[in-house]
Amino acid sequence: MELLAFGKTGWGDELFYATLMTIAVSITAMLVGFFFALIFTPLKLSKYKSLNLLGNFYTTVIRGVPELLVIYLFFFGGSGAIMYVASIFGYYEYIEINAFITGSMAIGIISGAYSTEVFRGAIQSIDKGQFEAAKVLGINKFGQFYKIILPQMLRLAIPNLSNVWQITLKDTSLISVTGLVEIMRQSYIAAGSTRDPLFFYSFAAVLYLLLTYVSMKLINKLEVKYSKGY
Amino acid sequence: MDFDLMITSFPKLLGATVVTLKLLSASLFFGLFLGLFFAILRLNKNIFINKFAYGYSYIFRGTPLLVQIFIIYFGLGQIEYLRTTFLWVILKEPYWCAIIAFTLNTGAYTSEILRSAFQTIKPGIIEAGKSLGISNKIIFYKIQIPIAIRQSLPAYGNEIILMMKGTSLASTVTLMDLTGVAKYIISTTFKPIEVFIVAGGIYLFMTFIIHNLIKFLEKKYSFQ
Repeated sequence: MELLAFGKTGWGDELFYATLMTIAVSITAMLVGFFFALIFTPLKLSKYKSLNLLGNFYTTVIRGVPELLVIYLFFFGGSGAIMYVASIFGYYEYIEINAFITGSMAIGIISGAYSTEVFRGAIQSIDKGQFEAAKVLGINKFGQFYKIILPQMLRLAIPNLSNVWQITLKDTSLISVTGLVEIMRQSYIAAGSTRDPLFFYSFAAVLYLLLTYVSMKLINKLEVKYSKGY
Repeated sequence: MDFDLMITSFPKLLGATVVTLKLLSASLFFGLFLGLFFAILRLNKNIFINKFAYGYSYIFRGTPLLVQIFIIYFGLGQIEYLRTTFLWVILKEPYWCAIIAFTLNTGAYTSEILRSAFQTIKPGIIEAGKSLGISNKIIFYKIQIPIAIRQSLPAYGNEIILMMKGTSLASTVTLMDLTGVAKYIISTTFKPIEVFIVAGGIYLFMTFIIHNLIKFLEKKYSFQ
């Protein structure tokens, strides 16, 4: 237990901050994912074949390629791409991007592919009559989407989005390869310096279980809230 | 774009694909049995057996695969007693550690898939078997298992693809699988995009094959 003490003697506070880091990366990645889903869901539902193709390309490639490979692409390619863009504007110094940004972008793009599929499924399962009824009542496009479709879609999407959240949360462990100090990286450091990997990795597992358990409870509450009236 | 690099790295990556496929097939093979075993335990009426099987799948589905590999590869070696037993012959090899971790992981997901498949079998089918005087054992092996396998094909296909992506984590325990070799080439040439296209293309091709194989099996074994 003294291994987990707070302060200089133990790893308690380090692991606590690492857990906060994991939560922060997960939430950022999830939001980045929503942003991508917002772009690619309409593409997948579009009438135009070429836009469909673009949407399908994104979800197929990201869901068919290992997360770790995507992270390596971002980790090794990220600063190169930024420097290339900067060189166009006449800036030739070395630019290093923060591990947090690289990590949450990489995980966000992965999470976005799953979110896109969830939103697409949810929108498609809303009865066509709902769109038509809203139109007949003279509700404008904005109101149609935000007041009629979105609330119904959210109710259908929340159970699946909770799966996406679980996947995203677990995927953040892979960012440890880029050196961002989240749960996995901190456990690696602690295991290395105390030579007690069994304890620290098991403790990391417990932390992840705790995170998944708590988030499940919270999401269930959300589900109840959006299922009101059904 | 460095096309020369793409061409020269292709055979290296293809060689590494063999490692990935070996890891995948071994863990799916053992994982299927483990999953079936735990799915049967989940259906048991004894609350302790039931809870034990639930706990297993909960823990392995609730933690990242990376943690599981690290516990098995770095963690278990720490137990002095294990080093004296014959198990150490297996556990000191990263290859076997990866397979053990993948098997336990896919076993947990497979057990959930099979359990829900067993639960969707209509009781009428089992009753029909009983009324024909077929023994419980034969009902289970000849009626319930084939139906459950058919029911779970689509979900299991997804699990195979997830597991194929999961094998990339073997590269974190020094194995040179497709991702491991891709990372090595990237870090020596600093050409991430080219290598990503080739390695990603190989992974996508495998996904494509698995996807179509499952579709074919679904059609072949459909009830209609």
